[in-house]
Amino acid sequence: MSMMNQGRPSSPTGEVPVHLAPTFTGNRALMLEEPLIFESGSPQVTGVDLEPVPAHRSRLSGLERKGAIGLPGLSEGETVRHFTRLSRQNYGIDLGLFPLGSCTMKHNPRLNEKMARLPGFGDVHPLQPQDTVQGALELIHRLAGWLMKLTNMPAVAMTPKAGAHGELCGMLAIRAAHEARGDARKVVLVPESAHGTNPATAAFCGYAVEDIPADARGRVDTDALLARLGPDVAAVMITNPNTCGLFDPDLKRISDAVHAAGAYVYCDGANFNAIVGRVRPGDLGVDAMHINLHKTFSTPHGGGGPGSGPVVFSQALAPFAPLPFVVEEPAAPGIRGSNGVRYHLIEEETASAEDHGQSFGRLAAFHGQMGMFVRALSYIMSHGADGLRQVAEDAVLNANYILRSLEDVMTAPFAKSGPCMHEALFDDGFLKDTGLTTLDVAKALIDEGFHPMTMYFPLVVHGAMLIEPTETESRQRLDQFIGAMRTLATAARSGETARFATAPHFAPRSRLDETRAARQPILTWQPPIDDRLAAE
Amino acid sequence: MRYLPLTPDDRQAMLAKIGVSSIDDLFVDVPAEARLSGPIEGLAFHQPEMLVERELTRMAKRNMAAGEHPFFIGAGAYRHHVPASVDHLIQRGEFLTSYTPYQPEIAQGTLQYLFEFQTQVAQLTGMDVANASMYDGSTALTEAVFMARRITRRGTTLISAGVHPHYVKATQTLCRFTGDKLVTGVPTLGRAPATADFDEIIGRMDGDTSAVVVQNPDSFGHVADLTELAAAVHAKGALLIVVVTEVVSLGALKSPGEMGADIVVGEGQSLGVGLQFGGPHLGLFACNAKHVRQMPGRLCGETVDADGRRGFVLTLSTREQHIRREKATSNICTNSGLMSLAFTIHMTLLGEKGLRHLAELNHARACEVADRVAAIPGVKLLTERFFNEFAVELPVPARQAVRDMAEMGVLGGVGAARLWPGAGLDNVLLIAVTETVSPSDIDALVRALTEVVSQ
Repeated sequence: MSMMNQGRPSSPTGEVPVHLAPTFTGNRALMLEEPLIFESGSPQVTGVDLEPVPAHRSRLSGLERKGAIGLPGLSEGETVRHFTRLSRQNYGIDLGLFPLGSCTMKHNPRLNEKMARLPGFGDVHPLQPQDTVQGALELIHRLAGWLMKLTNMPAVAMTPKAGAHGELCGMLAIRAAHEARGDARKVVLVPESAHGTNPATAAFCGYAVEDIPADARGRVDTDALLARLGPDVAAVMITNPNTCGLFDPDLKRISDAVHAAGAYVYCDGANFNAIVGRVRPGDLGVDAMHINLHKTFSTPHGGGGPGSGPVVFSQALAPFAPLPFVVEEPAAPGIRGSNGVRYHLIEEETASAEDHGQSFGRLAAFHGQMGMFVRALSYIMSHGADGLRQVAEDAVLNANYILRSLEDVMTAPFAKSGPCMHEALFDDGFLKDTGLTTLDVAKALIDEGFHPMTMYFPLVVHGAMLIEPTETESRQRLDQFIGAMRTLATAARSGETARFATAPHFAPRSRLDETRAARQPILTWQPPIDDRLAAE
Repeated sequence: MRYLPLTPDDRQAMLAKIGVSSIDDLFVDVPAEARLSGPIEGLAFHQPEMLVERELTRMAKRNMAAGEHPFFIGAGAYRHHVPASVDHLIQRGEFLTSYTPYQPEIAQGTLQYLFEFQTQVAQLTGMDVANASMYDGSTALTEAVFMARRITRRGTTLISAGVHPHYVKATQTLCRFTGDKLVTGVPTLGRAPATADFDEIIGRMDGDTSAVVVQNPDSFGHVADLTELAAAVHAKGALLIVVVTEVVSLGALKSPGEMGADIVVGEGQSLGVGLQFGGPHLGLFACNAKHVRQMPGRLCGETVDADGRRGFVLTLSTREQHIRREKATSNICTNSGLMSLAFTIHMTLLGEKGLRHLAELNHARACEVADRVAAIPGVKLLTERFFNEFAVELPVPARQAVRDMAEMGVLGGVGAARLWPGAGLDNVLLIAVTETVSPSDIDALVRALTEVVSQ
């Protein structure tokens, strides 16, 4: 070691000089700036080598694209670098705690990624002959079986492409069921604590939406809801556990009353992670519920999708489920690897009147998010019935640990009414008279190296902060987060506001001007004016 | 349990901190009759990674993977070569395990690629703006039909028979309940290519026509000049919605924007995403600037931060469900973020030069296959002008021919009757040809098809 030193100090001595002047590049060591591909690339550059084009007689006759498109290319090396540099400006679960309430940002196991990329799953076309995709259909059938057993529901639609698409699927089945008996109900009741997709979905399929208030304990006001039921109400959309992180003990009573009034119960399953393996929605009178595979079953959120939102149905709604779907039937003898079973994808032509004639139809082009199905089944098989139950328990334990570790320095509006489920809700009461907001706390949390919690949602409390740690966080990680939150809460209350007002200080960007973005929208890159003149 | 970090000691200490004696005390709000006392019966317990891998690999092996066979299936999903770096980059944890960029200061990576994606899609389609993606092409079409209704305040949409029937069905499903009227056509053998119905559509337009929907290339592979149709549609105060299911075609064909489209929706799966048995795919959505406030879905926009540096944010969110609730333009929330990243990376690798080359290569290969297939006795080419997909009429039922070819190890196309059952298209076969098709694949197809049509 000593011969390598050659008089150079190997550890910092004295004061480290702080150099705040801008660097030539705008970079700060590992914090790297990156231009847009439109600024660094060129339409003349390509990062792929393709075979030469053989001689041929064009069949495009006159429809050839002639003008410049303007798409820039980069060499492979520069492409890898561009996107790697961009990736470093992002926060992900792989970096640390991501307590975004109601989003269930849990660890994404890499086995699932590997399985989804097996050629037999990833490189299969949805319109191949069914005998050439028996394994893919088997996988869908297996996952469907798990979802039905975990929820105690007799049917499941696998095609919805995300949670909101699942809501649409459920609500369309409800509409189809009412129409089948000539009942033109027009109103859907939605608690005010509901996620925005609930009212948007009900409106999207043609319903009038009415809000139901929350009670003082953070649950839907059961009396108000029951009082509103009537011959015009088609369905109630309810989230349980709800967006305040609380389980609604009245759900079964509500379901019974809703059914007695001739309506259906749609349950938003976004928060299924709190109860998976411990409570089955089918035991609570639910008629339809979507399951976000990208939440409870760990398929990666991918910066905003893809999701996957299968919907489980009660017996009453099962006949109206969408096409296509997979059924298991006896195989003809001699089919290789069949074990006597053949999987059949029921599409429009084979959905006979007696078989599935009441289906409300098709929701999307093909059979659903196969890539997500593989990942979800891999996750489910890895956990098993015992592990999934442990998932719910640890998710709820972690959230309550956070709730009880912070309630003395923050304000938890419903903490008195008992334990929470998988997420802990705080409001901005503890910031009263400090001049600070929920947003300030969230931005200061960024400087501490965490992704902020969900802010300003649900709408039923003021300045909401919804914290969902998930079960994949260790106690050490939770303690570090709790320490950071306690420090921030204490600082806020002791008038130490400077660290909040301009936070974040250590992120790739300081606070961004969202008002400007909306007033003068710039949604695509525009060439500099000089270039545009030159092109004309 | 390899994914669960809490130890029994941790759990005990945490329960003590919470002030309860057992985990059951945290589930007290669940009614007693709904509480399960142990793991759900009839379900397997947890398994080691190796055994899960073994079982899933067994299932995967029961499928004929496209890359291991001569492969000619298209009809809305196309097999292209995806450069290795695409899949590597989308698996970077900062992309893979992030979420919708609600906190832009620590999501500039996602936001910048979305801005790049929106620009690329706008350039490809020849439109002013594009959103940050939809679930897939079919759901994007449904949204476009609703958007046209909001803009024109009219209730009827006319859909050409050449539009992918699954797209039409997905849209019909919703319109059945919303009261939007759809007038659809079914292609027939005498009228293939289905663009033959353009004159009929023009004739049907009236004061209630909100939009006309056409696909280019259409479901039979036929490419059409939409300029006259666009003019006729605009003369009636309606909007032209153009569907593109094969986005590589935009490297060779005049863009929908150049031909007068008002809204372009499409499937972006061809670039970067792969087949995946139908999902996840990537919905594209582009339109003219004047209609941007009626668009569904997320939009990323440029702005500056407090220090004056360029940055990106989600914007115009007053259109969206999390702000507007039941008055939102759409209920979409999670979309196809990671697929748009794959698309953008692949598009960046190609660049304009690579995309044009790729498109030309697809077209040249398709021309060769069309010539070879049309030379088989009894086989008739139905599509004269095409990009990389075309229809042929066989002397035998096409669906059985496809199954027979699969037995010979060739995935030789899609029988049109699978898409349009009962339309009299039993003998029509759709054949797609991309750059992945090799000379020996073509020989194998010709051999297999020759054999099945002579039976």
